[in-house]
Amino acid sequence: MGDGVGTQDSKLKTRVSTKRGTQVTLGRDDWHPTASMEALRLRAEILAKIRAFFAERDVWEVETPLLASAPVTDLHLHALSCRYRGPGVDGGRELYLQTSPEFAMKRLLAAGSGSIFQICRAVRNGEAGRRHNPEFTILEWYRPGWDHHRLMDEVDELLAATLGSPSSERLSYAEAYIRYAGFDPHTESLAALHDRVKGLGVPSAYDLARDDLLDLVLTHVIEPKLGHCQPTFIDDYPASQASLARIRDGDPPLAERFEVFAEGVELANGYHELVDAAEQRRRFEADIQKRESQNLPSVPIDERLLAALEHGLPPCAGVALGVDRLVMLASGTCDIADILAFPIDRA
Amino acid sequence: MASYNLNQVKVGLKILVDGDPCVIVDTDVVKPGKGQAFTKVKYKNYKTERVNEKTLKASDSFEGADVMEKEMQYLYTDGRTWTFMDQGTYEQVEADSNAVGDSQQWLKEEDLCQITLWEGNPIVVTPPNFVVLEITETDPGVKGDTSSGGNKPATTETGAVVRVPLFVQEGEKIKIDTRTGDYVSRA
Repeated sequence: MGDGVGTQDSKLKTRVSTKRGTQVTLGRDDWHPTASMEALRLRAEILAKIRAFFAERDVWEVETPLLASAPVTDLHLHALSCRYRGPGVDGGRELYLQTSPEFAMKRLLAAGSGSIFQICRAVRNGEAGRRHNPEFTILEWYRPGWDHHRLMDEVDELLAATLGSPSSERLSYAEAYIRYAGFDPHTESLAALHDRVKGLGVPSAYDLARDDLLDLVLTHVIEPKLGHCQPTFIDDYPASQASLARIRDGDPPLAERFEVFAEGVELANGYHELVDAAEQRRRFEADIQKRESQNLPSVPIDERLLAALEHGLPPCAGVALGVDRLVMLASGTCDIADILAFPIDRA
Repeated sequence: MASYNLNQVKVGLKILVDGDPCVIVDTDVVKPGKGQAFTKVKYKNYKTERVNEKTLKASDSFEGADVMEKEMQYLYTDGRTWTFMDQGTYEQVEADSNAVGDSQQWLKEEDLCQITLWEGNPIVVTPPNFVVLEITETDPGVKGDTSSGGNKPATTETGAVVRVPLFVQEGEKIKIDTRTGDYVSRA
């Protein structure tokens, strides 16, 4: 008996607090959640507040599949895949874990759903760090008939309802770069961008594309300064970063896309949605060509989404918000492990 | 030496940066939702102890550094090099003044030190946290003043100068915290 107690004691003494598994845990203590019960209850409260927020506004909650036959074509999003076998598919069928519910929700919108929201898991391969866990919770919603400006107002109201944050400031992408980095992102030469990024401690910047260089300035210089007294919205992105947003003609043409930052953290990304099926197909094909040239895995195009767009997606605005980051902000932590029950190392 | 890709980097990994051996002290992924992922790596240079930061993309890599830490016994110095011995293998290594640095003032023969070896050569010598050294020179304390909080300089057998209480006399042994250089107690 005495020995047994002694063993227990020494196990407790050698307990190593490891959120991210950088150390070997002695005594199998890694079954514990990394988040406190308090943080997990805060998560539950925030989810309840989000649902109440949309219930009041007649935006209804939907659920769409986690497994999809085609992933996004985006060069920087890596979908995990798995093989399904069952009735009718004896040979097996490749399915992708969604990186966001966007395509499926747009199919619902095209089928006449009206305003909808979803709270679901999304999975992105390779993303793990203090602000990332490969599987995470997305809040995504769509507003038919709205543009991105009106949707930004609603995101603002959601942040007030969940975080109690004051009303936001709005900057254009160009204004943010001029104010915090001292140059115009639309006109700065590639050579000057390379020099700026080299100065940020990026040794291999020479073979990076323009948008990657701009992103590095955003993450290293601008983002840390955004959203400290109030949330910051940035809109009017370069057309090359439009993703699935509409592009507005002009000099330069600008993407009707916005992002939201709070306490230096990227929180949400929204679009005045592209509804043109032909343009959507061109963007998919351009991505796939770039994927080939960069030796990234080839992915199929989501033909069901394109068919839905051809049928007719109502003009709408949509936004995806990282719920885990919202909980991080509410609980005042900079480490996602503090608000997840079991991050990937303990999955 | 092996090369490490960015999925292999982690805290504690020893790497070569600009020809210098370094240890990784922090890593994090930086990724805008729609942008390329980068890895931010903070590393400490063993020689300068300076911490620097690099941001690398997925296809970048680090060259590994053959760095290990070992407990070795300090044997002697000829004034130019300091000789340490592995007590298990009796293998001896010589550290130069760059490696020994300020630690030399705490080195007492037979004490066990932490030696950082790069490709087999010592680059950092860390003395024990506490050493016991004899006072070889100090002014006699003023008689009757043994309780006041005053202190005075004292030279140890290794040449280090430490502030000691007035009651400590020549020939006495004292315990010193080498991390701060502070007197702890009489030994």
